[in-house]
Amino acid sequence: MRIDCPLCGARDRREFYYQGAAVMLARPAPDAGEAAWDAYLHLRDNPAGQTRELWQHEAGCGAWLMVTRDTVSHVISGVEMAEDVKRAAL
Amino acid sequence: MRVAGKGLIDRSRRVRFSFDGKTYGGFAGDTVASALLANGVKLMGRSFKYHRPRGVLSAGSEEPNALITVGKGAQAEPNVRATVQEIYDGLVTRSQNAWPSLDFDVMAANDLAAPFLGAGFYYKTFMWPKRFWEAVYEPIIRKAAGLGALSGQSNVDTYEKAFAFCDLLVIGAGPTGLMAALTAARAGADVVLVDEDSLMGGRLNAETGAVGHQSGAVWAAGVVAELSGMENVRLMSRTTVTGVYDGSTYGAIERVSQHHAERSGGRPVACFWRIVARHCVLAAGAIERPIAFQNNDRPGVMTAGAVRAYLNRWDVSPGKRVAVFGNNDDAHRTARDLVAAGVHVVGLIDARADVDVGDAAYPVFAGAQVCNTGGRNALESITVRTATGEHALQVDCLAVSGGWNPTVHLTCHMNGRPTWREDIQAFVPTEGAVPDMTVAGACNGVFSTAACLADGVAAGKAALKALGKRTAEVEVPVAEDAPYALEPLWAVAGKGRAWLDFQNDVSVKDIRQAAAENFKSVEHMKRYTTQGMATDQGKSSNIGALAILADATGRAIPETGTTTYRPPFVPVSIAAMGAGGQGHGFAPERWTTSHKRTEEMGAPMIEAGLWYRPSYFPKAGEATWRESCDREVGYVRKAVGVCDVSTLGKIDIQGPDAGKLLDFVYTNVFSTLKVGRVRYGLMLREDGTVMDDGTTARLGDDHFVMTTTTAAAGAVMRHLEFVSQCLHPEWEVAFTSVTEQWAQFAVAGPKARELLNGLVDAPIDGESWPFMACGPVSVGGVTGRLFRISFSGEHAYELAVPSRYGAALFDELVARSEKLGGGPYGMEALNVLRIEKGFITHAEIEGRATAFDVGMGRMISAKKDCIGKVMAARPGLVEEDRPQLVGLRPVKADGALTGGAHLFDAGAEPVRVNHQGHVSSVGFSPDLGCMIGLGFLRRGPARMGEVIDMVDHVRGVQTRVTVCAPVFIDPDGERVRG
Ligand SMILES: [Zn+2]
Repeated sequence: MRIDCPLCGARDRREFYYQGAAVMLARPAPDAGEAAWDAYLHLRDNPAGQTRELWQHEAGCGAWLMVTRDTVSHVISGVEMAEDVKRAAL
Repeated sequence: MRVAGKGLIDRSRRVRFSFDGKTYGGFAGDTVASALLANGVKLMGRSFKYHRPRGVLSAGSEEPNALITVGKGAQAEPNVRATVQEIYDGLVTRSQNAWPSLDFDVMAANDLAAPFLGAGFYYKTFMWPKRFWEAVYEPIIRKAAGLGALSGQSNVDTYEKAFAFCDLLVIGAGPTGLMAALTAARAGADVVLVDEDSLMGGRLNAETGAVGHQSGAVWAAGVVAELSGMENVRLMSRTTVTGVYDGSTYGAIERVSQHHAERSGGRPVACFWRIVARHCVLAAGAIERPIAFQNNDRPGVMTAGAVRAYLNRWDVSPGKRVAVFGNNDDAHRTARDLVAAGVHVVGLIDARADVDVGDAAYPVFAGAQVCNTGGRNALESITVRTATGEHALQVDCLAVSGGWNPTVHLTCHMNGRPTWREDIQAFVPTEGAVPDMTVAGACNGVFSTAACLADGVAAGKAALKALGKRTAEVEVPVAEDAPYALEPLWAVAGKGRAWLDFQNDVSVKDIRQAAAENFKSVEHMKRYTTQGMATDQGKSSNIGALAILADATGRAIPETGTTTYRPPFVPVSIAAMGAGGQGHGFAPERWTTSHKRTEEMGAPMIEAGLWYRPSYFPKAGEATWRESCDREVGYVRKAVGVCDVSTLGKIDIQGPDAGKLLDFVYTNVFSTLKVGRVRYGLMLREDGTVMDDGTTARLGDDHFVMTTTTAAAGAVMRHLEFVSQCLHPEWEVAFTSVTEQWAQFAVAGPKARELLNGLVDAPIDGESWPFMACGPVSVGGVTGRLFRISFSGEHAYELAVPSRYGAALFDELVARSEKLGGGPYGMEALNVLRIEKGFITHAEIEGRATAFDVGMGRMISAKKDCIGKVMAARPGLVEEDRPQLVGLRPVKADGALTGGAHLFDAGAEPVRVNHQGHVSSVGFSPDLGCMIGLGFLRRGPARMGEVIDMVDHVRGVQTRVTVCAPVFIDPDGERVRG
C-alpha cells in the first residue's frame, strides 16, 4: 500500500502512522454535551466502501493527511492536507 | 542418461556435488534434478504421509516431489526444490523424510496402513478419546510426517531486502515477456524484467521450435543481450514474484547466491524485493498437469513438458525406453523430440479416440489409457488399457500430459477469481483482476509460440499506452503456430490409488470420499483432504482435484470454483523477509553521547524504548546491584550525582501562538510562564487519562522547549502536530524534535551548585538561579542551557550542551562529582530517588490513570479548555472509590514489596472480588532502610496509616504494609529550594 503525500510524493505505507476516522478533525465545543463528546471519541462508522481517515507522514514530512480510501478495494482516491480540510471547515 | 545434443549446459565446465553422501558429476547449467537424472538417479524423495518413493515430476518451481536439503550445519536449508537448485562444485544435498535411507525407508510402512490414514484422518482421530490422541497418534504422526528439518542453529548467512521502482514490471521472460519488455524498453519505458529461472527464455529453452531463423533459445539470448545493453532496463533472473499487493506493489524473492559456493563479503543468500511498478505485464506462462491413474507417482513418471525440458535444455533423457501418455497434441511433441534425439519411444498412448497422427515415427495407441504402473523404487512397466484389453509395456520413463494450466496465481492475490475456458479446459485470469496489470501469453491461455510473441508485443503496447508513452514498432518473428487441441481427462477409471497431490499424498479416492462425507465446497474439500496444502500449494494438482470434486458432486468445474490463491507463489524464507532483523538488527539502537564511557565503566545497560541507559555503575567490592544502587542514591542525597538524561524527549516550540498551544495541550497554564522559568506540566489524552508529563521551559516570548518522558517522546510529538494541524491550523506555532541535538545531564545533590561553579564560565548562585529557573550558560566557551529542575527532590540542575560536546562534558562531570564525594548514577538509583519523592513515571501513568488518580486533579485549570478536560470530568473518572496514588511501606523493615502485586484489606482473602488496588513501583530506600513503593489503592488518600496486605500471586510474596503519603523524604520540599 502506498500513500501519495502532497508534500513528498508517493511513499510506502510503512512511513505513515494511522490514526483513524477523520471525524477527529471536528472536536466538539467543551459545552457540546455528553452525546457529542461520546460520538467524537467512541462512535465510528464501519463502511464497506469509502472512508475518510487520518494518517500522519510520521517518517517523512510530519504532515497529517486526510486519506479517502475504499475499505473493499483498498483504492485510495484522495489525499489532502488535514490542515487544509480543517481550515476550510473553520 | 545424457544424450548427445545441442543443450544449454556448458559441457566444458564439469561440476561435482553430493547427494546423500555420494558424489556425482554434472555440468555448469545443470540443476540438481537434471544432474541426478543424468546419473540415472530417479528416487529423489519420499512423500509426506505415506513415505512413498518419489522421483522428479517437473522441471520447475512447481515441483512437488524432489525436495532436498541443501548445505550443512547451521547453513542447511530444507525443502529446496531439486528442479530449481543449480549445482556448483562442493554443493552438498541430501534427501528428506526418509529413515534410515531413501532406498529403504522404515516409515514406508505407513503406506500399508493407508486404509486408516485417508481423507479426514486427522479430524476423525480428534473424535477419539483425548488420551488416545496424545499418547498414540500425535507422537507417531509427528515422527512420521514431515518435510526437511531445520538445523536448530542460528543461521550465519546474511539476507537482504530491497525496494525497486519502475514504469513497467514484466513478470516472466518467455517469448511473451521478452517481447513485452522489448516493446516497452525500445519506447524508452523504465522496465524491470524478472524471471524465476537462471536462464531467461522460458519454454523456448525447453523446446526445439525455431523463432525467426534461429533456435528459440538463441533468439531469446539475443533479446536478453539487447535488453541488458539498455540503460532503462533491469534484468532480474533467479527472481520469483511471490505476491501482488495494494498500490501496484509486488513482492519478489531473488536467489542471489544460492547457486554458488561464495557467500563471503556480505553477499546475501537471497533478497526479498518490494517492486513498485506503474504498470505490470504478467507473462507467467503455464504449468502442465499430470493425469491421475493407479500408481502414477512411481519415480520415472513425469510431465511431458518436463521430459522435453530435460532433453532439449539439459541433454538428459530421463529414460531409455520412454512412453508418452496424453490427451492433447502437445504430448506428441515430446514423442517427436525423443525420437529425434535417438531415444526409444515405446509408444504414445493418446486418450483421444479420433486422433490423426499422420505417419508417426512411434507406435500410437489411440483411445487408450495408462491404468497402472509397475516397479519398486523406479518405474519398470505400465499397463495400457485399449479397446482390446490391458497390455503391459516395459518402460523406465512415462511422460504424461493432461494439458496446461495458465499460471493465474498472481492475478488472484487481490481477491480476483479466475474464469473457466471450456476450449482449453483451464482457468484463465479474469480481466481487471489486478489494477494496472496486463496478462499475456500462455498465462492468458495463448499457447503457440507465434501467438505468444504477438501477444507480448500487444501487451507491451498496452502498457505503453497506460503509461502515456509513445510506441515504437517491433517486428514479430516467425515461429510455430500449432493448434492446441485436447480432450479432458483428469483421472483414469480403475481400482487402487490414483494420486493427485503428490506432496501431501491425496488420491482421487480421497476427493471422492470428501464429497461423499459432504465436504462438497472446494474450500472444505481442501482442508479435509489437505489437497494443495503442501509447500507446492498444489500447483500441478489443484485443478485436477477440482475436476474430480466437480464430477463427484455432479457440478460443472466453474460452478465448483477454485480455492483461494494466496501469496507467496513459492516459499519465501523468513530470513529473507526479516532480513537484517536478527540480533542487533532487530530494532535501531539509540545511544547517548555518554554511552562509550558508560560501558567502559562497566555499567550494564537497560533498554528504554530504543535507547540504552546505564542500570548502575558497579564498583570493585560490590557483590550485588543493590550495593551499587544504594551507593549511587547516597551520592545524590549527600553529595552530588551525575546522570545522563538526554533520552528524555525535547521538543522545540516556537511561534506567537506557542503559549496558546501549550495551554491547550497541558492541563495547567503555560502562557503566563515568565521567560527564564520552567514549569511542570501534565498532558491528557482526549479521553481524560494521563498521556505524559514533563517540564517545559520558556526561553523567549515565542520560544519554549518541552521535555517529555523517554517512552512517550514520539507520541507527544505526533500529538502536538495533530493538535496544531488538525484542530488549530490557525495558530502560528511550529515544532522540531531536538532530542538528539542536545546532550543533557542531571547534576543533583547538595553539592550540585559547588560542582557547577567550577565548570560554568560565570558562577551561579541562589538568586540568579532559583528553583525552576532556566537560561543560557557558557561552559568552557560553549553555549549551553541550564535548568534548575529536580527529579530527586534534591538541589539539582540539568545542564544541556550541543550533542557534540556531550561526551566531553560527561567525562568532566564525572571527574568533578567524584572529587566532591559523588559520581555517576544509573536508572536503578534514579528510580529509587523519584519513588522516595513520589514522582510518577509511566509505571504510574500507564494509560488508565487519570489526573485525579495520581493526585493531580487540581492541576486541570478551571480557567481554560484543554485536551481531555471534558472527558476527565466524567463522574466515573473522579469518584472517590477509584484506586488512587499512595505510598506503601512494609510493617516489618525486612518486608518485601514487588511491582505488580495486588492490595487487599488486612486479613481479607486475596481474591479478585476483594481487590483494592496494585503496586506500581518499588525500590529499596537506603535512607529509610526498607523497601518503599508507590501504588494505587481504592480511596487511598483517605486511608493514610491503615495497615493492609500486599499479595503477589505470581512470585508468591505476601507482605503487610502501611499506607502512607507518596512522599518519603523531605515532605516539605526544602532541599530542592536550598
Ligand atoms: Zn510527506
